[in-house]
Amino acid sequence: MTASSLRWAKALPLSAKIGLIFVLFWLAVAVFGPMLAPYPVGAFVAYDVFDGMSAQNWLGSDYLGRDVLSRLLSGARYTVGLAAAAALLASATGTALALTAAVGGPKVDEPLSRFMDTLISIPSKILSLVLVAAFGSSLPLLLLIAAVTYVPGNYRIARALAVNLAQMDYVQVARARGEGRFHLALREILPNMIHPLLADFGLRFVFIVLLLSGLSFLGLGVQPPDADLGSLVRENISGLGEGALAILMPAFAIATLTVGVNLLIDGLKGKRA
Amino acid sequence: MTAHVEVKGLCVTARNAAGETFPIVSDIDFSLKRGEVLALIGESGSGKTTIALTLLGHARPGAKIAGGSIRVGESDLLSLDAKGLAALRGNRIAYIAQSAASAFNPSRTIMDQVVEPALIHHLMPRAQAEKKAVELFRALALPSPDTIGSRYPHQLSGGQLQRLMAAMALVTDPELVILDEPTTALDVTTQIEVLRAFKAVVLERGATAIYVSHDLAVVAQMADQIVVLNQGRIREQGLADQVLHRPADDYTRTLMAAARPAIRPAPRQADLPSAPLLEIRDMTAGYGKIGKDGHPRIPVLRNINLTIERGATLGVIGESGSGKSTMARVIAGLLPPAQGEVLLNGEPLPPGLKGRTREQFRRIQLVFQNADTALNPAHSVGEILSRPLGFYHGLKGNAARLRVLELLDLIRLPATVIDRRCGGLSGGQKQRINLARALAADPDLILCDEVTSALDTVVGAAILDLMAELRKELGVAYMFISHDISTVRAICDDILVLYSGDMVEMGGREGYVHAPFHPYTDLLIGSVPEMRAGWLEESGAARSLPLIGASADETELCRFLPRCAARIDGLCNITPPPRHALHKGNNILCHHDEAVLTRLQNLVA
Repeated sequence: MTASSLRWAKALPLSAKIGLIFVLFWLAVAVFGPMLAPYPVGAFVAYDVFDGMSAQNWLGSDYLGRDVLSRLLSGARYTVGLAAAAALLASATGTALALTAAVGGPKVDEPLSRFMDTLISIPSKILSLVLVAAFGSSLPLLLLIAAVTYVPGNYRIARALAVNLAQMDYVQVARARGEGRFHLALREILPNMIHPLLADFGLRFVFIVLLLSGLSFLGLGVQPPDADLGSLVRENISGLGEGALAILMPAFAIATLTVGVNLLIDGLKGKRA
Repeated sequence: MTAHVEVKGLCVTARNAAGETFPIVSDIDFSLKRGEVLALIGESGSGKTTIALTLLGHARPGAKIAGGSIRVGESDLLSLDAKGLAALRGNRIAYIAQSAASAFNPSRTIMDQVVEPALIHHLMPRAQAEKKAVELFRALALPSPDTIGSRYPHQLSGGQLQRLMAAMALVTDPELVILDEPTTALDVTTQIEVLRAFKAVVLERGATAIYVSHDLAVVAQMADQIVVLNQGRIREQGLADQVLHRPADDYTRTLMAAARPAIRPAPRQADLPSAPLLEIRDMTAGYGKIGKDGHPRIPVLRNINLTIERGATLGVIGESGSGKSTMARVIAGLLPPAQGEVLLNGEPLPPGLKGRTREQFRRIQLVFQNADTALNPAHSVGEILSRPLGFYHGLKGNAARLRVLELLDLIRLPATVIDRRCGGLSGGQKQRINLARALAADPDLILCDEVTSALDTVVGAAILDLMAELRKELGVAYMFISHDISTVRAICDDILVLYSGDMVEMGGREGYVHAPFHPYTDLLIGSVPEMRAGWLEESGAARSLPLIGASADETELCRFLPRCAARIDGLCNITPPPRHALHKGNNILCHHDEAVLTRLQNLVA
C-alpha cells in the first residue's frame, strides 16, 4: 500500500509534487498542531504586541500579545477540517442527486435541476450572512452553510458527466440486461466520473476555505478565543501597517494551503490526459 | 521516364512510455511514375497512414522520420525546413482525409474552403479559382455544380463531402495526391459513386496518386501498383494485376481470403417447437411523440413482420439510416414500439424495459458494434463477464470465476486477461469479450449490431468464424445487422433488406444469389466491389433513371422511388407498391413482377 502510493507520488509532475507536500504538511498540522503548540490558544505570553520573531515566540506575538505560532497551529484545524468536511458533504450530496437525475429520467431530472438552479441564483455570501445572523455562529451551522452553498455547483458538473455517460453503449447494454437503477448509477456510471469529480472536489475545497476565511474575516466564523486562519487575519488587521508577522503568517498559510491543493489537482488532471 | 515520386529506405520511429525508441515502419522503398496510382494496403496498425503522412514531410506527434529519403519531383522532402514544407503542402502535394465530415469547417461555405489552398499559395486570383472549382465539381459529378459552393458542410451528404474534399485537393493541380481511406466511412452504394468520380478525375487530369486503403477490392479499381504492408514492413509489392491475381506472399493471400467471406453454413435444428423463437408483428417504431394516427413524429421503421426460428440466423441489411439498429433496440426493449408487438416463444413481450422479467431479459442479449464503448472502461474483464453470471444465474465467487475462465476459453482468449481492464486489449479481443458477455447470459437470441464493421477484415473474419462455431455448439440464434451484404450472405439463413425503414425484400440466403431482386437489393449487390480491375467501369456505369412526374400525396409510396432505376411513371409515383412473393421464395415490396425484374437485372449484369 505504502509502496504503491509512493510510486504514485513519484509519477506526479513536479508542480503536483510541490502541491502534495503543501497538502500533506497542512493535513499534519491539522491533526497534530494543537499538540505541538508551545502555549495554550488564549494565553497572553508576550508584553509587546505585534512583536517580531524571538526565542520565546517563534513567529512573534499578535495584537493582544498571544503567541502567533500556537494560534496558527490550533487554528489550521478549523480551516482544513471544516473545509474538507464541507467539501465532502457538498460533493457527496451533489453527486448523489446528479446520479439520481441521470438514471431517473426527465421526471426526476427536471424538478431537481430547476431546484438547483434556484439555489445557484442565491448569492452565497449573502445567504451565509443571513443564516449566521439568524441562528448565530456555530461549527455545525458553518459546515452546513458551506456545504449547501456548493452542492448546486457540484450537482451541475456531476449531472453533465452522468447524463453523457448514461448514453454510453455499456450503460445501454446494462439497461438491456435488465439492471436496476442502483447498479446503473453506482457500478456503471460512477466509476467513470471519479477523476473529474476529484478535481471538482479539490476546487470546492479551496472555495470553501476562502468562504470560511471570508466569514471569519467579517467576524461571523469561528468564535474567540478559538480562531481559524481567516479570523487570525482579521483580528490582526491593525498590524498590517507595520507588516507584523501576526497578519502575514496566517495569510501565507491560507495561500500555501489553497495553492497547494490547486497544484495537486492540476497535476492529477494532467496525469489523466 | 524516371520516377516522379521516389521513397527509399524510409524509417519512422516512435517513443513508448518507457522512453525507448522503436520503429513503426522501416525499410520502405517504392517509386511511381507521373500519372500512376499506387495503393498502400494493410490492416490497422500496419503503418499505411504513417507512410502517407511522411510524403507530406509530416510525422504524427511522438513519431519521427528517422532515416531514408523521399523525393517528389525535384524536391527532397526530408531536407526541407518547415517553411519549405508549408509551401509544398496543399500546393504541390495534396491530402484527402478519411472523414470529410470532420475535415470541413462547419462555419464556412464549401467554396471558401475549396479555393483556400489556391489562395494561400497565391496561385491564382479568387475568381479564377472559383471557376476552376466549379469545373471540378462538374467533373466529380456533384449535383448543381454552379451553386453547391455556397452551401455549408452540414447541408451535404458524406459522399458529397468526400468528393468536395477531392475538389479542394485538386484545385491547385498538385503533382501528388494522397487519398487516405477516402471511402471507408461510406455506404457501398455511395462508395461506388465516389470511386467513379475519383477515377474519372484522376484519369482526366493525369494526377499521380497514393491511395491508402484496407480494402483490396476498392484498390483493384484504382491502382496501377500495390504495396502490401504488415506491421510496418512491405510484404509484397508489384503491379496491381500481379498482386491481385498471383499473390506471392502468404500474408497477401490471407488478406484476399478474408475479403471474400466463405459461406459458413449451419444446419437448421430439426426439432422445431411450435412457436418461433422471436416474432415481430406489424411493428412501427420511431422517435418523438406518438401522434393521433399511431405514428411517431420521426418514424424509423414501418410495418415490420418477421420471425426468427430457434438456432437460426437472420441478417438485416441496409444503408445507414435505414433503421437497422433501431430494430435491435426495439427488440431489446430500449425503445418501445409505437405499434405492433414483439413475441418471444409465442408470448408477447412488454414493449419497454419495464415489466420484462429477468428471464425474458436473459433470453435476448444485445452486442453493440463498437467494443470500445460497449465495455465499461472502469471494470476488469472478469467483472464484465461475471456480472451477467451473477445477475441471471446467481453464480458467485469461485463458481463464477470458473465459468468466466470457461467463457474465455470458448472465445479463445488466454485466462490471463481476466484481471485486466479492456483498455489494453486489441479491437478483436475486445469484440470477443463483448460477445462473451452476451454468451454469459446463456441467451436464446443474440442481437449483433454491426459487430465486425469496426474491425479489420482478417480479424472480422475470425469473429464470424467464432460466431458460426458458437451457433453450432450452443444452438443460439442471431440477428445479424450489417451494411455489408457479402458478410450477411456468408453467415445468415434468412436475409431482410431494409430501405428507409421499409422491408423491401425478405427471404432465404439462396434467394440473394441470382436475379430477380428488389431494385434496391440489386443496387446493393451490384455496388459491392469485385476484386478485379475494370469492375468499376462495367458495373452499370450509366445507370440513368427513368423520368417521372410529380409524386402523389400518399405516404405509403415506395421510398426507393427517387433512386430506383426501374421506376414507372404513373404507377410508382401514384400508388403504393404491393408486397408479393417471387418464385424463389423471397417476397418483395415492388410493383414489378418477376419476369420484368429478371429481364432488367440480367440486362445490366
